Amino acid sequence: MKAKFIQERFFNFLMLLSTFIVIAFLGSILWTIIKYGLPALNWEMITTLPSGGFYIGGEGGVLNAIIGSLYIVGASTILGLVISIPIVFYSNIYLKKNSKIAYFIRLAFDVLYGIPSIVYGAFGFTIMIALGLRTSLLGGIIVITLLIIPIMIRSMDEVASQIPKDLLDATFSLGATRWETIRVVLHQIAPGIATATLLSIGRAIGDAAGVMFTAGFTDSIPTSLNQPAATLPLSIFFQLSSPSPEVRDRAYAAALLLTLIVLVLSISGRLIMRYFSKNKI
Amino acid sequence: MAKQEQLIRTRVLKDKVAHISMIGLTGFSLLILLLMGVGLWYKSRDVIAANSLWELISSSVWKPNEGQFGFLPYIVGTVCITLLSIVIALPVSLLTGIFLTENARPWVKRFIFPVLDILAGIPSVIYGVWGTLLIVPFIADRIGPHFVEYTSGYSVLAGGLVMGVMIIPLLVSLFVEIFSVIPNEFREAAYSLGATKWQTSYKIVLRKAAPGIIAAVVLAVSRALGETIAVLMVCGNVAILPESIFDSCYPLPALIANNYGEMLSIPIYESALMFAAFILFFVIFLFNAGSRVLLQRVESRFAIR
Repeated sequence: MKAKFIQERFFNFLMLLSTFIVIAFLGSILWTIIKYGLPALNWEMITTLPSGGFYIGGEGGVLNAIIGSLYIVGASTILGLVISIPIVFYSNIYLKKNSKIAYFIRLAFDVLYGIPSIVYGAFGFTIMIALGLRTSLLGGIIVITLLIIPIMIRSMDEVASQIPKDLLDATFSLGATRWETIRVVLHQIAPGIATATLLSIGRAIGDAAGVMFTAGFTDSIPTSLNQPAATLPLSIFFQLSSPSPEVRDRAYAAALLLTLIVLVLSISGRLIMRYFSKNKI
Repeated sequence: MAKQEQLIRTRVLKDKVAHISMIGLTGFSLLILLLMGVGLWYKSRDVIAANSLWELISSSVWKPNEGQFGFLPYIVGTVCITLLSIVIALPVSLLTGIFLTENARPWVKRFIFPVLDILAGIPSVIYGVWGTLLIVPFIADRIGPHFVEYTSGYSVLAGGLVMGVMIIPLLVSLFVEIFSVIPNEFREAAYSLGATKWQTSYKIVLRKAAPGIIAAVVLAVSRALGETIAVLMVCGNVAILPESIFDSCYPLPALIANNYGEMLSIPIYESALMFAAFILFFVIFLFNAGSRVLLQRVESRFAIR
């Protein structure tokens, strides 16, 4: 056999192997989290607040972190959408296809997308100190909003830039102003908005470094924007550093919970994208 | 007639108001990028004034109480973990990327893309839990003893491995994107000359995509530089210059995350940590901007044909 065919087989094998390795990594992560988390997961975990001495093995659950995460994620997703939909609309409809400004805007948001959450956290923290604010729900919401805006813009922009020019021309020829085409555009980028939302929720709920500085941590459920709020990733992180095995078990259970949430988000994102791409122009 | 004119005027006015407010919103969001750089720089002036810039980067004496801040161990720790993660992730991602674009059947792709999606979506704290439960003991009990006398497992290797897995989905999706814009004519020309599939992938696709591959790696590097929680959980956080990959290390993001509580007691300490954040911001900013520009060039060069 010629050398090139041996080479071909060898590299085909390597390619299959590395693809398999990628799948195996995911399997290993999920298996580890389920193996350690499932035995420790119970109803009390999800529905009760941490009681006194929770972090040395006392009774309680992580309801504070679940609610805190929900507050932060919910508020910042809504804020993020309100801010990023107009930006996507502006850079795709108001600006021309090859405009320098649109190019610059995309580049800047790409760069923002790459800035790690710890830098967002540190930056948010300095702003909060300058304004005399303490760690609070509001701080967490603002930093997470800033963190997810670039993600939302990127994934919506991908869909928005695919809108056929003819479609826009048709609306203009009927006399619509640029602002009035937003109805058509929104209809067209609906799947983009859906995936952007799910993607951002996934990123927002899993972020620890950004909220560490700004939202702080607490054992109770915040009742106003000025109070600190707990979040699931931080709750996992703090419990895991405990010497007591019972507390660590609960960290595994919370990790399983977080993984399940992210899995559901990721899978439903795929399904929505598939459903919508069926009936698109 | 007058009524109709009035209507048109309000519609045009609405359009203009929307235009201006969108410009405002866009400008404001982009201002964040500038504010971040300027703000962090402004905050880190104190520590740069007290120690010289060169001293901060090259010294390894870390005594916050005496105002001495040597970032060398932290910088070395970050660089070691990042390099190791690239060394681990690059071959796997390249081969997977080639497989997905050149060889894989559609049903295989339909299965693997969601896998990559999920891998990319898993929060870093979960990677950290996985690392402490599986990777760290594995290194301490199985791999470490073959090479060194003792290792706790919380090491550069653990950090690099966890980080490597975290950047694989990013790398693969970028590679797939780059490889698939390379025109099929190139491949067909190679096949017609008798090249095998691998020869085509290796000599045509990889070579044509080289600038894009470099850009993707730089992007992955900048992702790895800033990763905090997962690495913090598995790398040991001992501020030494690691001598082997089985030693612990202490990367920059972990330094910031671990000390945010106590830094408020000493003003210059806060400044030092903000300097750390500024280094991260600056390097990642440059890497990101550079690689994005390069990636766009690569994609548009082939896409226009």
